Amino acid sequence: MPRPLQDQTLPGWFSNPVRLAVGLVLALHLSSCREETRVERATREKILLLGNGAEPKALDPHLVSSVGDSNILRALFEGLVTYHPENDSLNEPGVAERWESNADFSEWRFYLRDDARWSNGDPVTAQDFVYSYQRILHPEMGSPYASMLYFLKNAEAFNRGDLKDFAEVGVKAEGERVLVCTLVGPAPFFPDVVKHTSWLPVHRGTIEKFGKMTDPYTPWQKPGNHVSNGAFMLTDWRINAHVKVRKNPHYWDAANVKPNGIDFLPLESPFTEEKAFRNGLIHLSYSMPESLIGEYKALPDSPLHIETYAGSYFYRCNVTKKPTDNADFRRALAYAIDREVIVKYVTLGGQTPATAFTPPSEGGYQPPKVISFDPAKAREYLRKAGYASGAEVPEFTILINTLESHRNIAMAIQDMWKKNLGIEKVKIENQEWKVFQQTTQDLNYDVSRAGWIGDYVDPNTFLGIWVTGDSNNYTGWSNPDYDRLMRESSHLSDPAARYAKLAEAETVLMDGMPILPLYWYTRVYLLHPDVRNWHPLLLDNHPYKHIDLIPSGEGGSL
Amino acid sequence: MSTPYSSSSGEKGSSLGRDAWLRLKKNRLALASLGFIVLVIVACFLVPLLPGIPDPNATHPDLQFLGAGSSARSMEGRDVFYLFGSDQLGRDIFSRVLYGGRVSLTVGFLATFVSLTIGVVYGAFSGYVGGRTDVVMMRVVDILYALPFIVIVIILSTYVSAMEDWKPVKFLNELFGSSLWLLFVCIGAVEWLTMSRIVRGQVLSLKRQEFIDAARSLGLSQTRILFRHLIPNTLGPVIVYTTLTVPAVMRLEAILSFLGLGVQPPDASWGSLIKEGADLMASDPGLLVYPAIIFGATLFSLNFLGDGLRDALDPKSSKD
Amino acid sequence: MDSLRYLLSRLAQSVFALFCIITLTFFLARLAPGGPFLDEKKIPEHLVEQMKRNYGFDKPLPLQYVRYLGLLLQGDLGPSFGNKGFTVNEVIAEGFPVSFVLGICGLAIALAIGIPVGVMAAARRNTALDYSLMALAMLGICLPTFVIAPLLGEIFALKLGWFDVALWENSSAWILGAVTLGLYYSAYIARLTRGSMLDVLNQDFIRTARAKGVPPLTILFKHAFRGGVSPVVAFLGPALAGLISGSFVVESVFGLPGLGQHFIKAVTNRDYWLINGTVTVLATLILTMNFLVDILQAWLDPRTRANR
Repeated sequence: MPRPLQDQTLPGWFSNPVRLAVGLVLALHLSSCREETRVERATREKILLLGNGAEPKALDPHLVSSVGDSNILRALFEGLVTYHPENDSLNEPGVAERWESNADFSEWRFYLRDDARWSNGDPVTAQDFVYSYQRILHPEMGSPYASMLYFLKNAEAFNRGDLKDFAEVGVKAEGERVLVCTLVGPAPFFPDVVKHTSWLPVHRGTIEKFGKMTDPYTPWQKPGNHVSNGAFMLTDWRINAHVKVRKNPHYWDAANVKPNGIDFLPLESPFTEEKAFRNGLIHLSYSMPESLIGEYKALPDSPLHIETYAGSYFYRCNVTKKPTDNADFRRALAYAIDREVIVKYVTLGGQTPATAFTPPSEGGYQPPKVISFDPAKAREYLRKAGYASGAEVPEFTILINTLESHRNIAMAIQDMWKKNLGIEKVKIENQEWKVFQQTTQDLNYDVSRAGWIGDYVDPNTFLGIWVTGDSNNYTGWSNPDYDRLMRESSHLSDPAARYAKLAEAETVLMDGMPILPLYWYTRVYLLHPDVRNWHPLLLDNHPYKHIDLIPSGEGGSL
Repeated sequence: MSTPYSSSSGEKGSSLGRDAWLRLKKNRLALASLGFIVLVIVACFLVPLLPGIPDPNATHPDLQFLGAGSSARSMEGRDVFYLFGSDQLGRDIFSRVLYGGRVSLTVGFLATFVSLTIGVVYGAFSGYVGGRTDVVMMRVVDILYALPFIVIVIILSTYVSAMEDWKPVKFLNELFGSSLWLLFVCIGAVEWLTMSRIVRGQVLSLKRQEFIDAARSLGLSQTRILFRHLIPNTLGPVIVYTTLTVPAVMRLEAILSFLGLGVQPPDASWGSLIKEGADLMASDPGLLVYPAIIFGATLFSLNFLGDGLRDALDPKSSKD
Repeated sequence: MDSLRYLLSRLAQSVFALFCIITLTFFLARLAPGGPFLDEKKIPEHLVEQMKRNYGFDKPLPLQYVRYLGLLLQGDLGPSFGNKGFTVNEVIAEGFPVSFVLGICGLAIALAIGIPVGVMAAARRNTALDYSLMALAMLGICLPTFVIAPLLGEIFALKLGWFDVALWENSSAWILGAVTLGLYYSAYIARLTRGSMLDVLNQDFIRTARAKGVPPLTILFKHAFRGGVSPVVAFLGPALAGLISGSFVVESVFGLPGLGQHFIKAVTNRDYWLINGTVTVLATLILTMNFLVDILQAWLDPRTRANR
């Protein structure tokens, strides 16, 4: 049972001799921990305790790609533009105090503030940004997120090694304070893009103190060496235990940074994390076990939060391999999945059944309504694919990474395919995250579980990955019409016309069905009421400096 | 589990075996345990063949987390009865426990049998021959001991998945319906170490005792002394250790499931069911309680049966 | 003099065993399919080649092995591929104390509970006390650690609030972890103690002592105990190994940053040097333990010593 209310009554020591004995042994320990939970103390000291999923891979903005890692980087670094605490579509000035573009949004000028400082006191200059973009785009760096910078003119050619001279890439420093970005085409949403971790600057002197520009994972990212320009600086990193960041005294807006620090705790199991929250060990959880959502919902003043999240959960199909190389077969699989049942009974977090890939955004892009649950149509497609019955379908495997919720979804879908199509031979295979990634990237799978979270608020962040040759495609699918429509959309600056073009592209994507969309995400997490100024965000990229910690009640109850 | 002992005690001549059986018959607890084990084996292997037992992997997500003994109609209009209740996907826990039992019992018994055979022969030989051979053989055991088990199994499993198209591997996969056989081969191949040490220790103590000297002076052959006199006399500790090995093996299987290396979903073993149930123990205790009770009761029975056999086979205990 | 020679030869054997384990693990890990250059996104081929060169993986395997041994002798366990930017030495230096504390405290708890329970059950053989103690011990063995651990957490941390339910730094969750491990092994030890005590109590010299009218407690503790705990002592080595490497479940349930977690991840990530490093450290620990156990056993039961 979730018991967010801490039992405040002292145990009746003397009611039971065993208890008395245990009690005596622990008396000292108890007297120290009974008074104040860890969260209460942290609130008093204004240290935010965050559950953060897995252990970070790196604290270098040019090497990370996971959500948890980018949370830490958002605390340590600040980009040209930063996130608004209440609305991800709004842009807050970061290192740049203002910016402007030419008429067709293809050239942007960022004016850097005078007082931006690194955590060692050095000024943050336009050259730092140019250096950083050269580093992330350098082919020898092999950065996982280099393609985010392909907005810049010639960036792609430089990253692929076709262009050797970085001076030809569309980023220039004009003096120390002005950064000019020349783009491949119009991008009215460009300030949204530069908020992403891949656009964060690194400190040249520190990088080169520990190696070449392109040496990854040098000791520069360790506590004591690490230099950053954000509201916080790194003070401690212990593997599998914590990453601690504390207020950066040199930060230009240090006076307005509310928390004194943040402890990022890698609690990988959702069950452990939920217990840690109930036990008063963390302010905020990264995840939430599905099976406990119902009970948390029933609580008065529940710490459970369910918010719209710009993400899509789907299955990739390997179109280079039987039986998923057949589009009709993939359509049969897609129409045989009852997505309502999955969100209502399996994921339980108020997710929306997907009708296409890109999640809809309020007042913005609306994806086409293509997929639905239609067993009759599914069976028809199965026949079209050349199978008189599901029993004829050769064995294939759903590949998942090890996590309870992925497994439950896979087992439900496996049974739906059995019930609705008669397919008997579907296996499920668990793999650890990195191995799973490798198998998927090598196209060594049949059907593989996937999730995609928007990097910025625009459908382009979703649809862009299905273009031929994109580093996140991993299905082997390629369609010239799709590529053409996507290219055409990038030359349109009128939002309505652009969205229409993108919707057209998405219809082509859904017709080819290299992926089986399942649902659109929600963020489901537990939040302690001491945490103030925390607002629902579509991308969940909270700028930590605004978050305040104020004791919420007497006696420290949750 | 009783097979290895009864066969080796059978070798000793019918009178001792019959004596042992008579003594065992007097031990009601052991007999009841034997009965229970037979019952569980029959239930797990035969009951699922009966009509009306639901498919353990059939989901009814709208009927999730129902209590024991509830019957319901799914949205597809099917009537379902849940003897032990349903899990998070509306699957029948009773049926899953039965099918899970097949996996756990198979792994438990086969792996224990593998370890028993290797361990007893190896340990007895080492202890009996003694000298340099003993030292070398025990050092080999030491070396294997110091290899953390989990690593071997995980590394071996990576080899096996790469060898899936290799004929013998394919054959075994098809025979057992999955790569489950790897589990008990690996577990069995590791678990024999302790067994061999215990047997060796016993043999070392025993071979200095009078009756062995007597056998030797009577001119009995080495093999005969080893198999007829030494090994049977190590049975006490071996039985005790075997009763510890079966649950240990079943538990190891569960840990491997915990690591995602055991049975693959949607199939289950008792270990994986208990693991899933343990996560949900606070909200839905039924998921933990039923598999845990049956798992526990089976292991209890194995244990009491082992103790009963020990008393029955130990000729000295009858003089007490 | 004799015992010194015995000690030295045992020591030499242990070192040889360690060498064999290191060699076996090196080749077992290096020859496993798959490679360590995994990432969330595909690493470009030229970078993989470059990394292989950096780590010397382009050289023939025997050469790599010799090089690895050379570094090992200098105490350098190599870089970790799974925790990039950290050396295996750093990873182990952080993880080992956690596992060690869990293991040693678990072992202490196991012995403190297991031996008295086993002796008590043996002394009161076939009584209600014996049956209930053994049933309890069996319960401890039946319940997997991943049931006991969350159960203890649910009761002692969440319901009673006596302990923390997770984390390592400034947290009391490790106590629950050690208790979980200890309870499990105490059940083993209790059963083992009872069994061997009964064996000893059935032997002729005990009968003789009993016939001579030696008080039962004296028989139990003075005559039978030494022989009775001998198998328990033999079990200590593997028990500690199991405690430390098997603490993975406990570490994962209580979110403790021990070696167990690194170990499993190292294997799945093909983090070669971390696999070898952790195996080397654990094997050293286990061999040391076995060495001590052998000496202790020779002292407890002189008959085994005579045979060497």
